[in-house]
Amino acid sequence: MNRERSFQLLRTAVSLLIALAAAYVIIFLISDTPLEAIRIFTVGPFDSKRHLGNIVEAAIPLIFSGLAMAVVFQASLFNLGAEGIYYISGAVVSLVAIFYSMPAGIHPLVIVILGGVIGAAVMAIPGVLRAKFNASELVTSLMLNNILLGVGLWILTNFMRDPETGNQISYKFAETALLPKIVPGTRIHFGLIIALACVLLTYLFLYRTKWGYEIRMTGINRDFARYSGINTAKVIIMAHLVSGVLAGMGGAVETIGLHQRFEWTALPGYGFDGAMIAMMGGNHPLGVVLSALFVAYLRVGADMVARLSDVPTEMVSILQALIILLVSAERFLHTYRQKWIEKGVKHGRAA
Amino acid sequence: MQEEYVLNMEHISKIYGNGIVANEDVNFNLKRGEIHALVGENGAGKTTLMKILFGMEKPSSGTITLEGAPLEMNSSEDAISHGIGMVHQHFMLVNSFTVAQNIALGIEPKKGLFVDSAKVNDFARELGEKYHFDIDPTAVVGTLPVGIKQKVEILKALARGARILILDEPTAVLTPQETDQLFAELNVLKDLGHTIIFISHKLREVKAISNRVTVMRNGRSVGVYDTDELTEEELSAKIVGWEGGGELEKAPCTPGEVLIRAEHLSYYGGAQVPVLDDVSFAVHAGTVLGVAGVQGNGQVELVELLTRARELEQGRVEINGMDISRQKVRALREGGLGYIPEDRLRQGAAAGASIRENLISCSYYRAPVSGPAGLLSNEQIDAFTRQSIADYEIKCGSGASKISMLSGGNMQKVVVARECSGQPSVLIAEQPTRGVDIGAARIIHQKILSLRDSGSAVLLISADLAEVMKLSDAVVVLYDGRIVAYFPDVSAVTEEELGLCMLGLQRHSPERIQEVTK
Repeated sequence: MNRERSFQLLRTAVSLLIALAAAYVIIFLISDTPLEAIRIFTVGPFDSKRHLGNIVEAAIPLIFSGLAMAVVFQASLFNLGAEGIYYISGAVVSLVAIFYSMPAGIHPLVIVILGGVIGAAVMAIPGVLRAKFNASELVTSLMLNNILLGVGLWILTNFMRDPETGNQISYKFAETALLPKIVPGTRIHFGLIIALACVLLTYLFLYRTKWGYEIRMTGINRDFARYSGINTAKVIIMAHLVSGVLAGMGGAVETIGLHQRFEWTALPGYGFDGAMIAMMGGNHPLGVVLSALFVAYLRVGADMVARLSDVPTEMVSILQALIILLVSAERFLHTYRQKWIEKGVKHGRAA
Repeated sequence: MQEEYVLNMEHISKIYGNGIVANEDVNFNLKRGEIHALVGENGAGKTTLMKILFGMEKPSSGTITLEGAPLEMNSSEDAISHGIGMVHQHFMLVNSFTVAQNIALGIEPKKGLFVDSAKVNDFARELGEKYHFDIDPTAVVGTLPVGIKQKVEILKALARGARILILDEPTAVLTPQETDQLFAELNVLKDLGHTIIFISHKLREVKAISNRVTVMRNGRSVGVYDTDELTEEELSAKIVGWEGGGELEKAPCTPGEVLIRAEHLSYYGGAQVPVLDDVSFAVHAGTVLGVAGVQGNGQVELVELLTRARELEQGRVEINGMDISRQKVRALREGGLGYIPEDRLRQGAAAGASIRENLISCSYYRAPVSGPAGLLSNEQIDAFTRQSIADYEIKCGSGASKISMLSGGNMQKVVVARECSGQPSVLIAEQPTRGVDIGAARIIHQKILSLRDSGSAVLLISADLAEVMKLSDAVVVLYDGRIVAYFPDVSAVTEEELGLCMLGLQRHSPERIQEVTK
């Protein structure tokens, strides 16, 4: 049992190392100054407080989407709707951030809660369709993403586009709407605290409450859950709603945490990142935090390389693809695992 | 000295990917032309050993020699090409093909590019005659009873040149009459020089058919014996590893009020002919009603109707005084229903979850397991887990280990512990000890009887006649979706009588069957 868990960790670690090694190979192939580029990519993110701050800032939205995906994955549902929710939640809360004035503490609170409500409302659609009509949540949520992008763009252009800028971006948010920065010298904002609170709550929800138990049992064996008297249709909807709240809050926090205007004109990609992060973290809230930080580190590194040398930032997408491939490939390191387990058993017997 | 052995498996060990040691230093050998029984509790390693012999698993260490030559196999195809054949517990036949087509599948005689169907039939007929198997080559397999399907499976292996035949619990699905016939056929094969490995839990059959017997326990071979040297009791003791304690104590029953009442249940499920046809019965508090019958005569549908896994079509069911037609599963369980399902891996357990999580699936949502605000109480869960492990002698590392690490018998004990611990007033036990070792079966039987003694009504559905007769107070026989016989006192019935009813050869009068509804 423990060996099983340790093996998962080991395998994830090996996957990440292989991905890093691949990054070095790519850099060697395309860079004129490969050693310098590798140095920047590897240690650059750690070389100053500001860069460390960049990692944490980048990790915040990834934590939310990773949690959102972990909850649906635990129920054995494959829903990628977090993507569209980030977008629509960001667009709608921007309206509140621009056009309403509220006291400083209250304004962001209202916005984050509103984000959660929007997320839940959106997720209810694939959830109910799956629970009542057994419609694949993967298909409905992916199609919904495009609809939500369209609706969000319509809101942006018709209700809050700032005509004084030449770009497709909104008016400035009210000062009171922004999340306060909490670490001087960085842009780390109060969203980090909210994210960590969500990690703790999600953990408790999944592993310590009766609803989390229902979600996990339904995910492991739906026939067993039904036989035990668990209302699996309700559980499917519940998992969707919780996931929606997390994704919606993530969209809202990202919008008022790091930005001063709503400036997304395409799907931001956090939803898909969340799938990778949840997978890498074993669908466990703590694992989600660690994988979110790692992915954020890769991104900051890639960003710095792109700015300071001749390696394009797209390199990081190749790494991500590689990580997903290795982490989700069950047979990867299978032979080694078998030998390791045999050795462990023999060792245990001898002792 | 070695020449008399066709096959030697020496120092075989097998460690599975989840860390389970299934075989440890096992020696197993076969003499030419013998019927060799392989017995042991579930999880003792019989199946793994046979999978290794049939090339489905690679041993972690050890050697196999066939006819004196070392044997290295990577797949079942290798095993077949070396003359080893296996008849699985679950048949691997194409139901829409004829008997001959199934036997010849993959090795068909050809005429140019096409299969020569006349030759296919001749081939099957000749094979049947050679081995004295009474089969019709042109019959469609899907329409045949299990006994015949099994013959087809055996012929399939023989057609591929099998000289060593592995039969995995071949009698589990057969009636007593069909079993006798199978044994006669096996003896013919033996006389023709084939070597047969016979895996079974039924010691009487082992005594009746085998020449030698290898006993396995906990992944090791504990001994090889000439079958004649041992009595059934001695064999049973070798299997469980301790002596005595064979018979169940059963107090006389004291019937109370009716707790399960089924009235005129008919079920079609979309078909033209009914799967269940006007089935009525009543089970009283403090009694066990056994439902005997060959599998596939409506038992599964009956249980699914009673447990709300299917919607009722005609008729009504009352459990503990409650009309179940509009109830949810949870409400039914709240109303006092416990249910041991026939398939523990599909319904009875969540294989990826821990033992403790499996134990609470019917009680997690209410006090004392769930506290205020929906928080689960670890103390309560741990206490319940400890108690269940002790009460049911569940052999496991700890309650936190995954239930999939357990042997079939121990997994079933977890299921029974969960279903019986809430003192249900009604228990539906569906094949409660199928594929379970003798030790576990005894514990499960005791628990079911103690529920009955404390005033619960038990409906027992089982294909194992010995089990039905041991546990039940009264028995009905289900044949072709109808109750065809009712025995109010099980102690006055013989297995042969039940067997005849199960085959539909004997029926009781409607007036007599009417008695079971009283």
